[in-house]
Amino acid sequence: MRHDPTVLSQLTCDTERLRELARRIRIHALRMTAAAGSSHVGSCLSCADILAVLYGGVLKVRSDKPHWAGRDRFIMSKGHAAAALYAALAECGFLPVEELAGFYQNGGRLSGHVSHHVPGVEVSTGSLGHGLAIGAGMAYAAKLEDAKHRVLVLLSDGECDEGSVWEAALFASHYGLDRLIAIIDYNKIQSLGPVADTLALEPFRQKWEAFGWAVREVDGHDYRQLVGALSSLPAAVGKPTCVIAHTIKGKGVSFMENSVLWHYRAPRGEEYEAALAELEQAE
Amino acid sequence: MRAAFATAITQLAGRDPRIMLLTADLGFGVLTEYARRFPRQYLNVGVAEQNLMGLAVGLALEGRTVFAYSIGNFPTLRCLEQLRNDACYHLANVKVVSVGAGLGYGALGMSHHATEDVSICRTLPNITVVSPGDAWEAHEATLALAAHPGPALLRLGKSAALTANLPGEQFELGKARMLRDGPDVTLVASGSILAEVLRAADGLAQRGIFCRVLSMHTVKPLDVGALVAAARETGGIITVEEHTVEGGLGGAVAEGLLELGQVPKVFHRIALREPFPSVVGSQEYLRTIYGISAGDVVETVEARLRSRRLGAHV
Repeated sequence: MRHDPTVLSQLTCDTERLRELARRIRIHALRMTAAAGSSHVGSCLSCADILAVLYGGVLKVRSDKPHWAGRDRFIMSKGHAAAALYAALAECGFLPVEELAGFYQNGGRLSGHVSHHVPGVEVSTGSLGHGLAIGAGMAYAAKLEDAKHRVLVLLSDGECDEGSVWEAALFASHYGLDRLIAIIDYNKIQSLGPVADTLALEPFRQKWEAFGWAVREVDGHDYRQLVGALSSLPAAVGKPTCVIAHTIKGKGVSFMENSVLWHYRAPRGEEYEAALAELEQAE
Repeated sequence: MRAAFATAITQLAGRDPRIMLLTADLGFGVLTEYARRFPRQYLNVGVAEQNLMGLAVGLALEGRTVFAYSIGNFPTLRCLEQLRNDACYHLANVKVVSVGAGLGYGALGMSHHATEDVSICRTLPNITVVSPGDAWEAHEATLALAAHPGPALLRLGKSAALTANLPGEQFELGKARMLRDGPDVTLVASGSILAEVLRAADGLAQRGIFCRVLSMHTVKPLDVGALVAAARETGGIITVEEHTVEGGLGGAVAEGLLELGQVPKVFHRIALREPFPSVVGSQEYLRTIYGISAGDVVETVEARLRSRRLGAHV
């Protein structure tokens, strides 16, 4: 089942359809990182369900008109999970699925961190802490024009160590940018270890609330919860919304789940075969 | 130059609603009138330069022409990566405006001395780097940059203008202005040090040394044609800048000339050659400490031309 390539505006909670899209994103990301020998498969797997819900219905975007003025803007601020984003875009018709084999490859356009040279990508990322400020600028422009589109930014939890995230958070609430939505892929593991042992973010919800944001917490692998949290926005009029999505790093591959190893390790050989088998057999 | 910028941006905003001015909580008294007249085209983002640059890029990607205003190194070095990744890589229409170029905030101390930003920023792809020498150049550069797509750095000196434009003169980004002509040597200046250089040229003329003076307001892209002509037609090239000696105007001029196989008969860079200052002082005072004042330029030019003549007899 390929996703409808042109009109992605119908917001329904067709769980089976979203599950299948997420499964395909995961399989693509696994194949891409394995073929490339690249890092961040765990980060891709943790946000695959979020991306499936976004590109499976939440985002008003059109693959036949990537620059359509009325589109929702989506910024993948956690640019290291580029493989998952490219996979979602390919499944939705923004680029040929066959091109995913060109991830990391010489002469291609699918760089290891998100590139705006890929159709459907608003902004290149890769250095953490850049996306929310750019999104706030886009949301401010929308506010000036009284435009109806929204700006959604997907951040990682480790990214919230960056002070620039909180500069943007202050700004967005001060100016009441209620068309700005930050989604945090809170998988609890950053580059070298658990978030809690690196720079603890808790109480995380209260931090965002103290910065003037309306906060929703969801299971980031539960399609109904994700659709629910992202379908009636803003969560509070006059406030930007933060959706804290509790996720599992490496979700979907048993031996990758909750393991710091798969932030950097590239799947190969038997590991790859075992991971692929799990994802292909997933319901 | 600040006033010239304020006048220009006010003109621009009045005729184009896409013009926006963002400040990181600086510009007291300078931006007040603009903010009052154009509230929808003005935004004080607070003391947050990374956010300043990110917001500017977001607005620019949505069709705005954004001037991002602050002082010293705050809108450049403090958020250099946002300038590189977000503004330059995306060819965003963001014009960074930095007031107090060089030693403009002399007595405020080294934190406020913008003395490495030209060399650092000119290495960024896609950027235009403009360092006006007087108020007219600052005004015209503001208008020109608004019409020129892509990211830019506009460095504004604090000091007032000493020169005016010549009758009928048109400003052009990337084209040096010839403010004096003479056969003996060419002085190439960038930024508000131009006033010292013009005084030096007048002083040298009284001593029988007649200089060509170029105001190289645009450091990137560099007007190599004017430099080649100067190397061929005059007795040498001496660059003058209120900036560290590594990689700034002097470095750019050397690169541009050598790459074309054009070696001036005399070449020297008058710039900051000492480390961070250990004494407090005004811009005028610190220029004498660093050896870039008008008097220092006169002495250095004389010495360089003398050694060239002596060398020629050896």
